[in-house]
Amino acid sequence: MGKIEWAMWANEQALAAGLILLTGGIVGVAGTFRGWQFAAYAIAAGAFVCLLEYPRGKRNKGTSVERTGQYCFTVCVKSFGPVTRNYYVRAFLHAAICVPGGFMLATVLGCVCLGIASLIYLGAAIRGEQWEPILPRTATRKAVGESIKQPPQNPPPRPPAEMRRKRAEDLEGAAYVNPVDVTANEE
Amino acid sequence: MGNFAANEGLSIFVILVWLGINAFLFVHFYMAFLTDRWLYTRVLLGQALPWARAPAACLNFNCMLILLPVCRNLLSILRGTIQCCSRTAARQLDSNITFHKLVAYMIAFHTAVHILAHLFNFEWFMDGQLNRNSSLLTFVLSEIGTGDNASYLNPIRTNTTNPTIVMFTTIAGVTGVVITLALILIITSSMEVIRRSYFEVFWYTHHLFVIFFIGLVFHGFGRIVRGQTLASLKVHDPLECADRFETWGTKGTNCPEPEFAGNPPMTWKWVVGPMILYVCERMVRFYRSQQKVVITKVVMHPSKTLELQMKRKGFRMEVGQYVFIQCPSISHLEWHPFTLTSAPEEDHFSAHIRIAGDWTQALYEVCGGDKTETQEAWTLPKVAIDGPFGTASEDVFRYEVVMLVGAGIGVTPFASILKSVWYKHTQSNDDVFTKKIYFYWLCPETQAFEWFADLLQSLEGQMTEKGLADFLSYNIYLTRWKETEAAHFRVHHEAENDPITGLKQKTLYGKPNWDNEFTTIGAKHPGTKVGVFLCGPAALGKALGRQCRSHSEGGVKFIFNKENF
Repeated sequence: MGKIEWAMWANEQALAAGLILLTGGIVGVAGTFRGWQFAAYAIAAGAFVCLLEYPRGKRNKGTSVERTGQYCFTVCVKSFGPVTRNYYVRAFLHAAICVPGGFMLATVLGCVCLGIASLIYLGAAIRGEQWEPILPRTATRKAVGESIKQPPQNPPPRPPAEMRRKRAEDLEGAAYVNPVDVTANEE
Repeated sequence: MGNFAANEGLSIFVILVWLGINAFLFVHFYMAFLTDRWLYTRVLLGQALPWARAPAACLNFNCMLILLPVCRNLLSILRGTIQCCSRTAARQLDSNITFHKLVAYMIAFHTAVHILAHLFNFEWFMDGQLNRNSSLLTFVLSEIGTGDNASYLNPIRTNTTNPTIVMFTTIAGVTGVVITLALILIITSSMEVIRRSYFEVFWYTHHLFVIFFIGLVFHGFGRIVRGQTLASLKVHDPLECADRFETWGTKGTNCPEPEFAGNPPMTWKWVVGPMILYVCERMVRFYRSQQKVVITKVVMHPSKTLELQMKRKGFRMEVGQYVFIQCPSISHLEWHPFTLTSAPEEDHFSAHIRIAGDWTQALYEVCGGDKTETQEAWTLPKVAIDGPFGTASEDVFRYEVVMLVGAGIGVTPFASILKSVWYKHTQSNDDVFTKKIYFYWLCPETQAFEWFADLLQSLEGQMTEKGLADFLSYNIYLTRWKETEAAHFRVHHEAENDPITGLKQKTLYGKPNWDNEFTTIGAKHPGTKVGVFLCGPAALGKALGRQCRSHSEGGVKFIFNKENF
């Protein structure tokens, strides 16, 4: 289990916990349960946790997969600098946030889930992981060699198969100028 | 549109039937709790009662289903038996993991509804005890059974507690919390990101399902959902007596005190069958793992590919099947799937394993991959094999014309097919139903060619010798190349053999123009069923699926099959 980045799982768990806390809080307030003030707190806490955890961090190894539309959240979270980068801070923050949820049935599940997420973050922090933002790569084109003034625009080095097949049967027609519109290789 | 039906029809039908059963169970059990027997319970709980019981029934159904798609051995047997009747039905079993996921989502959804409804139930049960006013029916109902603690309605028996404490002191509450936590942990660790990158976390956490099922079975043992007993219903009609609650049991009324009891637990009836089947499945896997497997040869290929050749007594395989390999010296609990790259006609079986994670890296080291001198046979590790399991590639020889598309390492099942094709032709020339194979290999880099190029080269040579050059038409596409290589290709464009693979068939660049390919093949083979087999990324699968559907006209039918790992 050497190369696992626990923070990745902690992030999924914390996001789920945030959603559960939020839902429990909404139910508690909507039904005006006893202790609905805790539910109101849970709505705020759940929303906060969701916003904090929505942007995925960058993985140390391998490709990082962004969540849809997470860029603006990444920018916000990044702006807090070391507070959001350090997982010890997150672990203790989640542990503290989850406590008031334990006082009301509707929010107890969110509380426990967030507590578990906090423990996993603690594990991640102990192993030295950190939250790095996933930022779009600045498009730097590699400097093309000086002898190449105009790099070829058509990617395939050979004309398509139809042209090549002609060669064997028709030797006179074999001489050609690349006439076919070679479409660029779409990525 | 009609071909969409041919390709996807059965899947959609199965899903609709499953959704239909879910809807039926939901509505049926919802209505069941609107009867008179539950009238007094509804006085306390309102509509939250049926809203909690209906998803509970659906949960029973879905928890029964979820274990079935992962019983690999059972599915293999099923696949074998229905193969003879209907190829389409057999292909349906390839989507077992997709179905497992769908059922899991449904379980998560119903769990959410169930829990939310119970939040209201707990709150209103508590209200019944806290509003201690004898002119309230809710209080009178809550007081019933206080003496003997047997015929009560409200599971909350005192007013000096709170819902959270009640939850942790009832069987239903404690099991409910435990299984919900297990479910949430299973779900978060099964997210694609975690599953693809940190397989161990996914696999080990998933075993919490054992706790889930145990808790699920005991969840109803406390009989906490209580309705009027049938005996009581005979003497006390709720419709008549509900308003006269102040005079229940007094002399002269025809409304004695009602009595309540809980339903017996039902969940075990739903899940015991699949649980037994799953236990059998694990026992089969264990038994297979005990059979002795000997590694006869280890070959290290470029592009971090390890080939293991093995033998096991009584091992029989078909083309394109896969096995699960376990190496106890690396991990006792991990079994990883790999496609078999050998043909059934060979005396050993082999797998080409790409070194891509913790386990494969450890396998490489323990097989002596990082050492330069040859290893003695006794230093090779013990391995265990579970399988072989069948997937779509088994069907290849049932089609007259076949298109095989492999992307990168996805070409492995086709190695087995091509080898087998060759053996079949050398052994029994005319009996092979398959008349033409079109093979496409898409690869991002040149190095990955080496081991497969060897195979193609030998096939190419042998086929030309036998005059069967037309049987196999293969196209290799390099999807990425460097500027330096491009120059080399241009210069050697005229050479007879391809500069990369050494094959007579030249390597092509970029991605294939599928439209052209399908049209050409469709034109060459009118009126036939062409099997299209893919082992590669989902995006390519979608593209090919679309092509199959749009080109299946004028007699030719393209049928799409996809490997699912």
